[in-house]
Amino acid sequence: MEPITVIRSRTVVMPFDDIDTDQIVPARFLTTTTRDGLGEAAFADWRYDAQGAPKPDFVLNDESAQDCQVLVAGKNFGCGSSREHAPWALLDYGFRAVISTEIADIFRSNSLKNGLLPVVVDADTHRWLIDNPGAKVEVDLEALELRLPDGRNITFDIDRFSRYCLLNGIDQLGFLLQQEDRISAFEKSRPWQP
Amino acid sequence: MSAKSLFEKVWQEHVVVPETDDHPAVLYIDLHLTHEVTSPQAFSTLRERGLKVRRTDLTLATMDHSTPTVPVRSFRDLQIVAEPQAAKQIVALEDNCREFGVTLHGFDSEHRGIVHIIGPELGVTQPGKTIVCGDSHTSTHGAFGALAFGIGSTEVGHIMATQCLLQRKPKTFAVNFEGSLPRGVTAKDMILALIGRIGVDGGVGHVLEYRGSAIHGLDMEQRMTICNMSIEAGARAGMIAPDDTTFEYLKGRPMAPQGAAWEQALARWRSLPSDPGARFDREVTLDVSALKPMVTYGTNPGMVVAVDEPIPDRSDSNFRKALDYMGVTAGKPLAGHPVDIVFLGSCTNSRISDLQQAADVLRGKHIADNVRMLVVPGSQKIKLEAERLGLDRIFVEAGAEWRESGCSMCLGMNGDTVPSGQLSVSTSNRNFEGRQGKGARTVLASPATAAASALAGAVADPRPYLAN
Ligand code: SF4
Repeated sequence: MEPITVIRSRTVVMPFDDIDTDQIVPARFLTTTTRDGLGEAAFADWRYDAQGAPKPDFVLNDESAQDCQVLVAGKNFGCGSSREHAPWALLDYGFRAVISTEIADIFRSNSLKNGLLPVVVDADTHRWLIDNPGAKVEVDLEALELRLPDGRNITFDIDRFSRYCLLNGIDQLGFLLQQEDRISAFEKSRPWQP
Repeated sequence: MSAKSLFEKVWQEHVVVPETDDHPAVLYIDLHLTHEVTSPQAFSTLRERGLKVRRTDLTLATMDHSTPTVPVRSFRDLQIVAEPQAAKQIVALEDNCREFGVTLHGFDSEHRGIVHIIGPELGVTQPGKTIVCGDSHTSTHGAFGALAFGIGSTEVGHIMATQCLLQRKPKTFAVNFEGSLPRGVTAKDMILALIGRIGVDGGVGHVLEYRGSAIHGLDMEQRMTICNMSIEAGARAGMIAPDDTTFEYLKGRPMAPQGAAWEQALARWRSLPSDPGARFDREVTLDVSALKPMVTYGTNPGMVVAVDEPIPDRSDSNFRKALDYMGVTAGKPLAGHPVDIVFLGSCTNSRISDLQQAADVLRGKHIADNVRMLVVPGSQKIKLEAERLGLDRIFVEAGAEWRESGCSMCLGMNGDTVPSGQLSVSTSNRNFEGRQGKGARTVLASPATAAASALAGAVADPRPYLAN
């Protein structure tokens, strides 16, 4: 994984609450056995009509949304299934951070494993972002700061361990593998478990 | 010693390395269930890094999500009935399980079924265990007093390689259901009512513990229905304290402890329920005595109303968008709204008592002409049991299709889908836009409500259909 430090981008705004993982990547795309190539599936049912033509009224089909890396969405983003295909699809599409007032647990956990930053902000900041689509923002993982174009710096929180892994571009499995001795000792301490 | 909750007891017993500011806890996992959709990338990780599945004896695989529900006896059949990508995924699971030594309940196994159905059925789901699966409805197993939650594919790899996960300790949320359920009202209606009350994000960051007289009175299958939908309230896990109902269910199952080990297990299990005075971060109480059959009218499970009560009205754009998508009208009850499809199945409601509930409504009657009804048992075992009881005949004579087990129309990636624009009354757990197929409209309901709706050809209150 590439280390992440600062993401600088304009925002795309989807002002809906409870955007679930079935919208982020519909189930019919989950028959893949790899992690790549899911960008086309991102928001597929909102992006394309039955004939596969782009729906003109959906924000990702707008000229202004091209090359944006920061998605601003309503509360409880990523609710629903545990499919890691959701952050895979968003990353493959080109997003690198999602900003909301609330992000669903499993989606947040999956995002942190893949380098998609889940950024939770207060209601006022969120309102401003919703009202100002296309704003040029900076998401600084080192400083845990979201910088708005009007000069405001908003702090956000990311679990220390996940942040360390993302800043250094390392995955979390290495840490677990290093615990092997303690895991074996734990297993021996519970004779009733096979 | 301070009073502990059920969750705290199970959590503490599984901490290998305690959490600090710098890193989450290393939590030991007693059982890893896996299936074809969220495992291939994890197996690839093991292969790339030269790792093994550390505890194949604590790992169990089945095929359910992209697996067709028409009869498949061999991989040759599969190539004919499944979409090529889905078939490839199923073959990959078979290959991966063989290569890594994981037990797979595949087409040749009498134990094949939906992953959250077969764990309890085999008796491998047990009180006090930590259980995970690359699937959010892993919360189902919490009905036994296990701490069970869904994980993504990267974590599936973590589990396979180390039998552990990195987890921050969640908060606790006591949900008290009091009173006794009226006739024709079920566990499904209870959980839908709860989600309506606390919202689809009401449980974010929490583990729910369902308690109270109304929970105590439920059988295991209904308890599983409740815990199953914890994730629809935003909670990763939901738990119910084990009691004699739990032990009775488990006793004698193939993978449950036997003989002296059973007695020892019972002693441990009896110490699990929350201590009197255990503290919870949040608490809510619902009285079920006046509860009615519930149905969803929108595009998330929190948009729910009693079947005979008017759909509420709100002016915000989220709400309008949902009602537009569903083609329903605020201010009118959902009862009477035309139905195209009825789906009886999924890990929420496809166990034998669910099928019986629906069969009680359908017995000797025929579904409406314009309705297609699909009945999909949760496992091959349930299918056989239903056939032994003659339930399949009731369904077929009523005009419904009787299928092989699997996830089927719950998520529309296995050939069973709801066509665009059509409305399905489903006993599954998600009514998201397009969940059952692109453009599909879903109304979530209990098996009794689904069956009544099939007869009426419109969303229907099941209570008048239930014989005395
Ligand atoms: S039945 Fe539905 S909810 Fe349950 S495991 Fe299958 S797809 Fe998931």
